[in-house]
Amino acid sequence: MALRAGALIARGSAGLLLALLFAPLAAILIRAGGGYLPAPADWAAVRFTLLQAALSALVSVALALPVARALARRRFPGRRLFIALTGAPFILPVIVAVMGLVAIFGVRGALNTALAQLGLGPLRIYGLHGVVLAHVFFNMPLATRMLLQGWQAIPAERFRLAAQLNLPPAATFRLLEVPMLRQVVPGALAAIFAICLASFAVALILGGGPRATTVELAIYQAFTFDFDLGRAAVLALMQTALVALAAVAALVFARADGSGAGLGRPIARWDAPRGWRRGADVLVLMLAAAFLAAPILSLALSGLPGLAQLPAGIWGAAMTSVLVALASAALTCLLCLGMAAGLSAVVQGVGLLPLALSPLVLGTGWFLILNPVIAPSVLALPMLVAVNTLMAMPFCLRILAPAYARAESDHGRLADQLGLRGLARLRWLVLPRLRPALGFCAGLAAALSMGDLGVITLFGTSGQDTLPLLMYRLMGAYRTEAASAVGLILMALSFGLFWLFDRGGAAPDA
Amino acid sequence: MLDLRSLDIRQGSFRLRADFRVAPGAKVAVLGPSGAGKSTLLSVIAGFFPAQGGSVLWQGQPLEGLAPGRRPVAMLFQDGNLFPHLDIARNVALGLTPARRLTPAQRDRVAQALARVGLAGFGPRRPAELSGGQQSRAALARILVQERPLLLLDEPFAALGPALRAEMLDLVAALVEETGATLLMVSHAPEDARRIAGEIVLVEGGTAHPPAPARALLDNPPEALRRYLGD
Amino acid sequence: MKHLVLATGCLLASQAAAQTPVLNVYTYDSFDSDWGPGPQIEQAFEAQCACDLVFTPAGDGAALLSKLRLEGARSKADVVLGLDTALMAQARATGLFAPAQVSADYALPLAWTDDTFVPFDWGYFAFVGNADGPKPHSFRELAASDAKIVIEDPRSSTPGLGLLLWVQKAYGDEAPEIWKALSDNIVTVTPGWSEAYGMFLEGEADLVLSYTTSPAYHVIAEDDDSKVALPFEEGNYMQVEVAAMTAHAPQPDLARQFLAFLVSDKAQSILPETNWMYPAVKPATPLPAAFDQIVPADKALLMSPEEAEAARAPALDAWRSALAR
Repeated sequence: MALRAGALIARGSAGLLLALLFAPLAAILIRAGGGYLPAPADWAAVRFTLLQAALSALVSVALALPVARALARRRFPGRRLFIALTGAPFILPVIVAVMGLVAIFGVRGALNTALAQLGLGPLRIYGLHGVVLAHVFFNMPLATRMLLQGWQAIPAERFRLAAQLNLPPAATFRLLEVPMLRQVVPGALAAIFAICLASFAVALILGGGPRATTVELAIYQAFTFDFDLGRAAVLALMQTALVALAAVAALVFARADGSGAGLGRPIARWDAPRGWRRGADVLVLMLAAAFLAAPILSLALSGLPGLAQLPAGIWGAAMTSVLVALASAALTCLLCLGMAAGLSAVVQGVGLLPLALSPLVLGTGWFLILNPVIAPSVLALPMLVAVNTLMAMPFCLRILAPAYARAESDHGRLADQLGLRGLARLRWLVLPRLRPALGFCAGLAAALSMGDLGVITLFGTSGQDTLPLLMYRLMGAYRTEAASAVGLILMALSFGLFWLFDRGGAAPDA
Repeated sequence: MLDLRSLDIRQGSFRLRADFRVAPGAKVAVLGPSGAGKSTLLSVIAGFFPAQGGSVLWQGQPLEGLAPGRRPVAMLFQDGNLFPHLDIARNVALGLTPARRLTPAQRDRVAQALARVGLAGFGPRRPAELSGGQQSRAALARILVQERPLLLLDEPFAALGPALRAEMLDLVAALVEETGATLLMVSHAPEDARRIAGEIVLVEGGTAHPPAPARALLDNPPEALRRYLGD
Repeated sequence: MKHLVLATGCLLASQAAAQTPVLNVYTYDSFDSDWGPGPQIEQAFEAQCACDLVFTPAGDGAALLSKLRLEGARSKADVVLGLDTALMAQARATGLFAPAQVSADYALPLAWTDDTFVPFDWGYFAFVGNADGPKPHSFRELAASDAKIVIEDPRSSTPGLGLLLWVQKAYGDEAPEIWKALSDNIVTVTPGWSEAYGMFLEGEADLVLSYTTSPAYHVIAEDDDSKVALPFEEGNYMQVEVAAMTAHAPQPDLARQFLAFLVSDKAQSILPETNWMYPAVKPATPLPAAFDQIVPADKALLMSPEEAEAARAPALDAWRSALAR
């Protein structure tokens, strides 16, 4: 009975999501009076998009493997902090992150300064390798988290058994870890592939020129410079189809991948080999920490001098951003909870689709739908909340759905026995069991929403700046130092919100 | 009166048939080799697993189509009988009502049940703070407030030591004696059956045999039971 | 009864609104920021119009035109401020703009005769670099040097489109060769001006495509004279920023009044040091020395709107294939 109601809610939520996603596409196509077949240049963009997304996914996961393994089997002070901080790049606004990467890997960056000391020429990061570098910076932490969940989902008893049998590390890997990786790696690859498909600014800036044109840039061009709505909608559909393929592949190859919460909890392990492997793990962790933390640190440092020049509008913008983030977090959790209630793989596959739709397509479509009814500027902030929610959903659903499924499989029978249904089930079973996952999701959604420029420019609001918009405007008016300072405040607020929610969820629990 | 009428249970290649009645207030041990289908039989009665054919009746009324929580059944599983995130009092209270606020009468009822199983004052604690035996007692306290006429035990005390298990069985016996409930309990151990059960249902070879008097059966086991007992 | 009260309320509210008419002006983001011209322009115009001037910011010039086209005849906009000569032909073709019959004694390096689009400020595109860095004098010299440049993408930014038209205007059929020769100088292509300028300030390149007025900002606002803009022998391409009233403006009289105000001395003296462009009409008080012209008027390059619109697509294809090595 309870399951049937859950399926109904899940189908409703999925339907709402599909409507939110595809109504705007339909509106654009209707307005354009049909679509147009893509030009040769668009196919080149599709090829480059696929290439960079595939490479980025492969490299991110390959590099995440040793990091996740080291994290899974080593216990050290600050491990929890390490895991929390490695999530940081993921929630940075794109332009901020690119500037951070340039500060480290640019011609005047720390890396080239060090190389010059050794008499080696400057390395340029522009090109396909630069695109992959940036995408790895963004997504390796995500891959690490997904793999770490896989490792932690292997029951400790099996490692105990392996230790008891005195299996060498290679055998432990083959017998225990390879089967897990076969489950988890396809999902991680597909998720990162899908995220990188919609890349635009990163690919262009670090790609070094028009050969690094992605589909998303072609969509932008079609909308703003050519005003070719039909072509924009067709390109958007192509992009959605690619993500849908990735989502299906992920569903076919990988099943449950555990909860994203409670990763910091130390579990006794018997498989941590000593000797040179211990040194290798330490080295891997230190390199990963340096790669992920150095750009962020340099961003923080470059933001400090500008703090004195912050414009008057900063606190209003910060307030708007935080409110939008909180609203997005609440809405995301609600929708994801609804979709997770179905315990259905198809419904969860639908949850990946928003990855494919650019905020620009969503915003333009909804603008066309709403404009005849109500002045769009009134709806700028609600639209921003809606779009941010859609963008955060794929990540949150991946975390909530397995947690929900586990709560049901562990305690559903007892709840059935006690006749707990509807709200009572939600109150006494679902919410308490999902608290850590919900906290993590709310934090992630809030942080992602803080950094998103979103649709606000199209809807146009006077006096309702968000922090990213304010930062962008400062950059556009030569005020680079002040912009860096706003970037610093943006980072601090994003991390702060994420940390608060994540901690709030991880309250003592049996 | 529990009436299993031509029950036909299938799960892949596994098959189990049952066709018998259990008298009101009877205490029945369900005995049989591992994998014979003892737990599955209880799951069907409790409504967690549908039978392929036949019917489960209680007082002449078929139970098919009723959700587990709507059946006249209280059940304890091998594990997971308490919500780990709720305190003991709330766990017991959920046997009465899912409402957030309890009436004074309901609070008294919970306190009485806890006192009856020897857990007076343990209400505010979480399950993880209790020993295995205490957790079993807390689950029994909830069974007590549920006041269902049919109690199903699927080896809830299997992880306890022999002395503690005996103590729990005595407590169960006393509780069903007080409430007049019918008891069906899965067990591996003939001595458990001898201790509190008046009758035995032997599950073996794809059939759940009708209940037979425990003492007579154990003293003079038929071929099927002898195979299981191993002597 | 309830309905009556509600209706009366609506009536009163709309009467109150009618007493101070609202003039809606769509503009690009940076125009309406705290440090842009928006706040001062608003204050000065409201002082003389007995109206409420409301700016609605919408991205950059191209995004502004897209927004208006999405809204079509239903738009609330009375005036659109911030298109440029590269977008004018497209804008005119939409039929969404109406002649305003506003004219002034323009201080532009060319004659302005358009009766719909009112120029309010202008500038030259130029490569900007450091005083102690490389200073090529032409595209050919730049291409031959090993100076590194950051440019903007013509598919997503106004300066990028300006550079594309610049090379096209200066070299015509030879433009693809120039782009090929430039390709090893280009460090990267950014989606917009902000990213390019930011990367130049980070030291990623010697030169960035910007405006001849960029160094003026550093001199006046930061007291820093280390940045220089380079005049090119081929000439520098112009950007003329224009405003126009919409054909369906709810407040046509106010719109005309605002466009006239925009080219008045009051507004023109606000623009240089807030929008960092040259004023379209010579202001009564002389400009700071940092605004001195470095490009002689006979080196000003500009395609007519129709010419620019026709050249855009083929030039873009040539640009893309020349740089896609």
